[in-house]
Amino acid sequence: MTVTTYREAVREALREALAADERVFLMGEDVGLYGGAYACSRGLLEEFGPERVRDAPLSESAFVGAGIGAAIAGMRPIVEVMTVNFSLLALDQIVNNAAAIRHMSGGQLGVPLVIRMATGAGRQVAAQHSHSLEVWYAHVPGIKVLAPVTVADARGMLAPALADPDPVVIFEHAQLYPVEGELPPQGDVCDPWHAAIRRPGRDVTLVTYGGSVPKALAAAEAVAAEGIEVEVIDLRSLRPLDVATILESVGRTRRATVVDEGWRTCGLAAEIGSLIAEGGFYDLDAPVTRICTAEVPIPYARHLEEAALPGVERIVAAVRELAGLRA
Amino acid sequence: MTATPALARGHAVDLLRHMLLVRLFEERSAELYMEGKIRGFLHLAIGQEAVAVGSLAAAAETDRIVAAYREHAHALARGTPPAAVMAEMFGKATGCCRGRGGSMHLFDVARGLYGGNAIVAGGLPLAVGLALADSLRRLPHVTLCFFGDGAVAEGEFHESLNLAALWKLPVVFLCENNRYAMGTALERHQAMPFIHRKASAYGIESAVVDGMDVLAVEAAARLAVETARGSGRPYLLEARTYRFRAHSMYDPELYRPKEEVERWKARDPLDTFPRSLEAWGLVTADDVRAMHADVAGEVEAAVAAAEAAAWEPVADLSRDVLAAPTEAVA
Repeated sequence: MTVTTYREAVREALREALAADERVFLMGEDVGLYGGAYACSRGLLEEFGPERVRDAPLSESAFVGAGIGAAIAGMRPIVEVMTVNFSLLALDQIVNNAAAIRHMSGGQLGVPLVIRMATGAGRQVAAQHSHSLEVWYAHVPGIKVLAPVTVADARGMLAPALADPDPVVIFEHAQLYPVEGELPPQGDVCDPWHAAIRRPGRDVTLVTYGGSVPKALAAAEAVAAEGIEVEVIDLRSLRPLDVATILESVGRTRRATVVDEGWRTCGLAAEIGSLIAEGGFYDLDAPVTRICTAEVPIPYARHLEEAALPGVERIVAAVRELAGLRA
Repeated sequence: MTATPALARGHAVDLLRHMLLVRLFEERSAELYMEGKIRGFLHLAIGQEAVAVGSLAAAAETDRIVAAYREHAHALARGTPPAAVMAEMFGKATGCCRGRGGSMHLFDVARGLYGGNAIVAGGLPLAVGLALADSLRRLPHVTLCFFGDGAVAEGEFHESLNLAALWKLPVVFLCENNRYAMGTALERHQAMPFIHRKASAYGIESAVVDGMDVLAVEAAARLAVETARGSGRPYLLEARTYRFRAHSMYDPELYRPKEEVERWKARDPLDTFPRSLEAWGLVTADDVRAMHADVAGEVEAAVAAAEAAAWEPVADLSRDVLAAPTEAVA
């Protein structure tokens, strides 16, 4: 095992994909000369040339749409959109074309496209660079949504996403890029479609994904000293959702909290809460609770931003409350 | 009308036959809509036939076509069997998209038709991507991308022209300018209403053609397609045309004067073109009458086949959402 950063792991995945398949190319704003807004593609232009590492103009709709067309015509594009907030300019192409074309065409066409984008708050970049809109994409049939958290997943998820015959959107939480972790040996096969239990525990299940996973693990560690054993589930895939793993865990712990950096109203946490209510209601000893971002556009000031986000303290408090409801 | 002495009879007859097929197919579709056999939105291209038929006569079989939502003409001109298009509009299992697309989303990938697209200008980025793939794979194909004058107001029009020019991609952007974005006249939605001139902002070669003249359209499209193929660069062709019917099926036409419609109807390509062919001695009035009966029979056979076809089983509702049912995890 080598230790590396999440950013390096993403770059390694891109390099491997470009080297492995000549149909693969990377396209997006400043992915070439600049090296990527988050430096994920630094060095790839020099290694693979401007035809395969393409700097695109600030035309999200056009270059995402071009990725869709190129995928239809036999290529395997990886489109990088700088942040999820900017991806809204390409939402038409993603929802009306990428997600719908297979069905509208009666199965004549598929769109084997990978779209990567940064998501999440915590860097004081305010309301147009910080939102967690994963659920907007997870809502739509015809696309798949992944959220790698670990360094292993940051590298491992790209190959199966590219191999998938349907469009896959990969969300990289911007806070994770400098985080270090262990990289499994090359050739290690990643199954991205199932959730992972990142910490086993018997008292409370924390269901979470993306940038909230490290916070959930920190909260679990904090309450362990009090004798509360928390199980942390990293969803990894937000569509499809691995309901079986969630229900199996809740069947053992009988209590669940969902931690989601998205907003609470109509969010992913609401969906997971519903799935637990539908499939695990009689296993529950307590209501399913949600820890989400406050219902505000993410503010700039540090103390306000921190107050808006699901932090370790809020998770610890929720876990204590649930554990206190032990039957 | 461009007199073309070298016009081969067979080719002339072919153009006329295709335009007639589109006309009779659409007239019959309108009746079937009134009978409730066809539902949803139905946008007729009656009056505009020369644009799709003329331009697609200039495309190679391996070229790629992206159309908008008024695209029965493009599918029929490309050779999609009328029965498959009609069945699609009936929502039947034998439809070209097995009833998933309907009138606005006709796909026939075997014939290079990558969809009708009902998001105005939504097909343009897709066309750029098809051409990008062909360029990267060193394939000699050209992508013909059809859209209306309404699409010119969308950001995707400008983004796509810029991207295709910047990356040197062989896309023929073919604007079917029928003067109305639904009910908004060109002068009421464009500050600078000469669409072909907008190409110069992106360094793209362009031309304008009389879209009521099938031979002129074919010649202009041939120049556009072969210029794009030879240079590997985009081209913008504006065809000025007119739709004789409502935008969709119900439309009180409050937005345009009756006299204007009548003026354009005097230039009906289904009237002027056969008369020219007769004048040039390429067909006789009897030939045209026989062709009319023959095409009408073809349309009736398509309707009968659509009527008789099976419904797609409801059990297959979620088929083709994804390639494989990985949703089973959820």
